[in-house]
Amino acid sequence: MGNIAIAEIQFADYIYPAFDQIVNEAAKFRYRSGNQFNCGGLTIRTPYGAVGHGGHYHSQSPEAFFCHVPGIKVVIPRGPSQAKGLLLASIWDPNPVVFFEPKWLYRQAVENVPEDDYILPLSQAEVICTGTDLTVVGWGAQMAILHQACSEGRQAGISCELIDLQTLIPWDKETIEASVKKTGRLLVSHEAPITGGFGAEIAASIAERCFLHLEAPVSRVCGLDTPFPLVFEPYYMPTKNKVLEAIKASVRF
Amino acid sequence: MGWRLPLRTALWTLRGKQPKATADMVRELSHRREVYSAVPCHLHIFPILKRLQSSEPERACSQNMDEEMNDFMGRKVSYSSQMCFIPEESTNSVPCYRLLSTHGDLLDPSSINELDKELCIEMYRKMVTLQVMDTIFYDAQRQGRISFYVTTIGEEAINIGSAAALNATDVVFSQYREPGVLMWRGFTLQQFANQCYGNEYDLGKGRQMPVHYGSNELNYLTVSSPIATQVPQAVGAAYGLKMDKKDACAVTYFGDGGTSEGDFHAGMNFAAVLGAPVLFICRNNGWAISTPTSEQFRSDGVAIKGQAYGVRSIRVDGNDALAVYFAVKNARKMAVEEFRPILIEALTYRVGHHSTSDDSSKYRSVDEIEYWRTRRDPVARLRMFLQSNRWWDDENEDLLRQDLRTQMMSVLHNAESKKKPGLSNLFEDVYDVIPQNLKEQEQETQAIVGKYPKDYPSDVPLD
Repeated sequence: MGNIAIAEIQFADYIYPAFDQIVNEAAKFRYRSGNQFNCGGLTIRTPYGAVGHGGHYHSQSPEAFFCHVPGIKVVIPRGPSQAKGLLLASIWDPNPVVFFEPKWLYRQAVENVPEDDYILPLSQAEVICTGTDLTVVGWGAQMAILHQACSEGRQAGISCELIDLQTLIPWDKETIEASVKKTGRLLVSHEAPITGGFGAEIAASIAERCFLHLEAPVSRVCGLDTPFPLVFEPYYMPTKNKVLEAIKASVRF
Repeated sequence: MGWRLPLRTALWTLRGKQPKATADMVRELSHRREVYSAVPCHLHIFPILKRLQSSEPERACSQNMDEEMNDFMGRKVSYSSQMCFIPEESTNSVPCYRLLSTHGDLLDPSSINELDKELCIEMYRKMVTLQVMDTIFYDAQRQGRISFYVTTIGEEAINIGSAAALNATDVVFSQYREPGVLMWRGFTLQQFANQCYGNEYDLGKGRQMPVHYGSNELNYLTVSSPIATQVPQAVGAAYGLKMDKKDACAVTYFGDGGTSEGDFHAGMNFAAVLGAPVLFICRNNGWAISTPTSEQFRSDGVAIKGQAYGVRSIRVDGNDALAVYFAVKNARKMAVEEFRPILIEALTYRVGHHSTSDDSSKYRSVDEIEYWRTRRDPVARLRMFLQSNRWWDDENEDLLRQDLRTQMMSVLHNAESKKKPGLSNLFEDVYDVIPQNLKEQEQETQAIVGKYPKDYPSDVPLD
């Protein structure tokens, strides 16, 4: 109809009433109509992730539910510059996009962001630091944790290649694959609970494609399989030290 | 408790007066949206009235097929060659029931005889307690002592007035701005504080944010943040109570914003169809975070929505504790005795911010907030009523408030000094029995905590 709808869901924890529309309608609009109709580039932005005191309903990372739906794209920026470029790309993308914004960064992140419009390509992962011993993959607010863990790993003599996936579906298998073929090890980390999290898809895919290159099992450092707790949040989270331990274990394997 | 119902009982008491409905009268009344129970001989002409009179479904059999009536929906619909659109709004809005003037004067002075002095005083004391508790917890959050808080300022009459009208066995499904109902039933200030601090005495075991209270013992379901999800749950519970022939109803509270949720629609419709004994109490406080009711719906508020579902409803002055009390009392009786849902729209104003994460001066005028806080305070209104009857005085007031502040300080200090629940509470109750993956994760967590203790809070025991 010519207009682009950009919807905001105040907290991703409250997106579920829209799940029917996103999965059964938006994701299938083009396909079911034989490409006669499409969503007109619908973008849904929603804050997600831990904030320190959010408990069950202000901290969720529901990206995995949406990654299971052919027809939509799932995009997650790690900071202000990426947020601008990826959001503009999502809006201009003719497919429906669910754009998860890490709320933790709203009051934390300060960066020089170009004033002009620019887009960052979707379905393209970004290699943030190059390395030779281990590939570390994540997205969103977790990137800062992974960055710290990789720095400390370097001090311990481990050279990590850190990659921000940015688009979860359709995801950039080629970049991850190329990296793992170089390093021989993979660690994936996300805040969402480990079971059925998107890390599982990456692990299975890379195990399939890079089996003979792997020198250790694919490692996942994720949230626990519990509702997101309030008082116990520090124990639930995939902290820098949990990641560091997993990096060392992978290299020692 | 031996309460007598005031004369100003809902027009629905079938044992009361039943005027004969003439054609003119019915046209006049349905226009004004008031309905009387009609005498059976007029039923085939005025189908609306017949439906409201009894809970018995109509037998949809038309004897004479040549009569050309449409009777598929359990009621008879007649045809008309006069094209008539139901107007989007009525000339007059749904009237708002109140017993006290804004200054606490009984609008019908003779009804004083129907009031129980002790109950009125107790209601007032609890309203003051709620107000003081809220003020102190709000300040505690501002000082960083608790992480979050939601006040009920301005809505004390709805909380306490409705709670006082319910039975202890009525099951409550609240939103998050109804701690007064829990308070009325006996939840102590210490218990509220324990939940807000998430300490080892919190019944919720430190898992949720502050104000997410619950008490199985007091029949008050644990609060969850999502809006209106409690509504269909209350309907289901009410249906269960009906199946089990219990002398109890379910009660659900929600705000004006909650009525825009799909769950509200589903809940109302199910309740009506199933004949569930449930009270839908809407706190229409004018604001859904920053959305004013003028942007929430275009209907005449919420009470009007009841009829669309076949649910009897009433609009009440939510800042008049006595009106709320009597409306809920009557509603409960109808719900339980007639197996029907009732919708109550209580008009009020959200004096506080949406929560401690909100600054409402960003989207509404400070003057508006101040006006409602100082000139339309439900607590002050009941106080004026009590004092004008010499059931309360300034000395009682000062003593009560001073005592409450002292209690609250001690309660906060107490809650603050307690440990948090042990770490095992992170892994338990995900299911009734802990599964293998969580046992493993518990061990891994214990190991990492042992290795990096500085990453973790010192007040969480590791058992």
